[in-house]
Amino acid sequence: MILAGVDGDRAWRLQDYLARGGYSALKKIISEKIPPEAIIAELKTAVLRGRGGAGFPTGLKWSFMPRSFPGDKYLACNSDEGEPGTFKDRDILRYNPHSVIEGMTIAAYAMGCARGYNYIHGEIFEIYQRFEEALEEARAANLLGADILGSGFSFDLFAHHGYGAYICGEETALLESIEGKKGQPRFKPPFPASYGLYGKPTTINNTETFASVPFIINMGGEAFLNLGKPNNGGMKLFSVSGHVNRPGNYEIPLGTPFSELLEMAGGMRGGRKLKAVIPGGSSSPVLPADVMMSCTMDYDSISKAGSMLGSGAVIVMDETTCMVKALERLSYFYFEESCGQCTPCREGTGWLYRVVHRIENGLGRADDLDLLNSVTGNIMGRTICALGDAASMPVQSFIKHFGGEFQYHIENKKCLVSPEVQYEGSQIYVSPSC
Amino acid sequence: MLSQESLQQIDREVAKYPADQKQSAVMAALRIAQVEKGWLPQELIAFIADYLEMPAIAAYEVASFYNMYDLEPVGKHKITVCTNLPCALSGGVHAADYVKQKLGIDFNETTADGKFTLKEGECMGACGDAPVLLVNNHHMCSWMTKEKIDQLLADLESK
Ligand SMILES: Cc1cc2nc3c(=O)[nH]c(=O)nc-3n(C[C@H](O)[C@H](O)[C@H](O)COP(=O)(O)O)c2cc1C
Ligand code: SF4
Ligand code: FES
Repeated sequence: MILAGVDGDRAWRLQDYLARGGYSALKKIISEKIPPEAIIAELKTAVLRGRGGAGFPTGLKWSFMPRSFPGDKYLACNSDEGEPGTFKDRDILRYNPHSVIEGMTIAAYAMGCARGYNYIHGEIFEIYQRFEEALEEARAANLLGADILGSGFSFDLFAHHGYGAYICGEETALLESIEGKKGQPRFKPPFPASYGLYGKPTTINNTETFASVPFIINMGGEAFLNLGKPNNGGMKLFSVSGHVNRPGNYEIPLGTPFSELLEMAGGMRGGRKLKAVIPGGSSSPVLPADVMMSCTMDYDSISKAGSMLGSGAVIVMDETTCMVKALERLSYFYFEESCGQCTPCREGTGWLYRVVHRIENGLGRADDLDLLNSVTGNIMGRTICALGDAASMPVQSFIKHFGGEFQYHIENKKCLVSPEVQYEGSQIYVSPSC
Repeated sequence: MLSQESLQQIDREVAKYPADQKQSAVMAALRIAQVEKGWLPQELIAFIADYLEMPAIAAYEVASFYNMYDLEPVGKHKITVCTNLPCALSGGVHAADYVKQKLGIDFNETTADGKFTLKEGECMGACGDAPVLLVNNHHMCSWMTKEKIDQLLADLESK
């Protein structure tokens, strides 16, 4: 859908987008004067769930915006993709930026926003530049700006470039960052729908969420829903990384068995055995191979298995992986990226990293697993934003499913998987198709 | 303190935001300043703050909060290699080790000739392209095998 048949150097251009039917959803809304309520109703029928991580129903979120609010209202797109394992929004912006622009324009029309920003992750400057060019194309064609296509409706959209802070993916940190401040999440409530950018009502959605909107308008909510499965409407992009033969993005109907996705990604590298999968980005709980092999890729199935579909970032680990080392790297990440505002997160992420680090380095103590569990218990639910939970869930799930491996480390002061095997398994690997 | 061209670029950024929200352009302004000067000394940050009519301390807070701003001088070419887990599973750490070995420096060090600085990076949202690295914050290099690293370093060396 979003990425079907779009790659190469030209697909992102306005001309190419128009040639494949682009902006027809926007034109339809304008020419048929479809009322905002009908658009939101269509999204609800489609059961489009937010693609940024939380899976919140988009139609419902849009209905929270006070349409009759007299002052400015804002729209923000979250392209601050930095959750380890996630690399889908970059490809959407690289190959199909106009689908995001069209989706945001429809959203602005539905919610009565006059201005929007797309917040783009710092490390993808080249993609930010391309998006700016796409915006220029849309403005020049009067698909953006004042009095769009003579409809009387005006919306302008700009790109805001991040500069290296994972936490700005959290929606209120993102707003702070657009305001030119440190990216520190705000207390909620008030929620952005009442107090958002510059204190005005604001709606924030993920890049893929916006990019899905034109398809829903064109095909109808019912048809979109039916692409997926009940309560999990549509297609979804999955970023598959790790020990597979062909890492990359795969756009498949929600509800597709994990085994099929693994097959699409070329199967396990070197024919090795699957050990574990992190199914929804680094913040989602890890699942052991057998549990994962019985899952389908949708919000409900993954959550029933004890994890989260999150951003759709599927990190595949084979038998050469040391789970302690894997967790050590993730824990370092959360420690490094905590914004430092809340004590349980600032101190707790440091504790988690140091304890996992010492276990990995043969200095673990007998009660370290209890200690880790108690530290996560002190973080969970006691912080301003969800980064605290995001740092804790990997720790809890790694211990839950691979506790034996941690115990082995503590008792034997070395990895269960031999260093030579780990070394081989983490070699530079580039798929021949790249 | 900054070239006319940089100032024009900053003005274009300012125009993206409501007239009374100039501060919103501070991230872009710092980036533009850093591209021109190589890094961000305090006076430069203060200049940007002044230009955007915001307190210097607020601009400094921003510059120190976001990882890609350099508050210390760096080599002519800053290389940042992602070693986060998804990349590490496809050789991110090996690629970083290879760069270290070739340049004879560790993370957070600069070569004696001032040409290269090496940094360890967090997820760049490009894990499918592992190993990935960034050159001078803005240019991403994908699928970095040893041969491609050799090539890249040779190209940069001659610049
Ligand atoms: C620490 C943290 C990082 C996040 N990073 C992202 C991100 O990179 N992209 C994203 O869309 N949402 C991210 N989110 C979720 C956003 O806060 C928000 O829920 C989302 O952008 C809403 O869009 P959606 O409803 O379309 O998914 C993050 C949340 C947290 C707590
Ligand atoms: S939970 Fe962590 S990242 Fe989130 S606001 Fe608190 S300190 Fe900052
Ligand atoms: S983990 Fe390296 S780019 Fe995502």
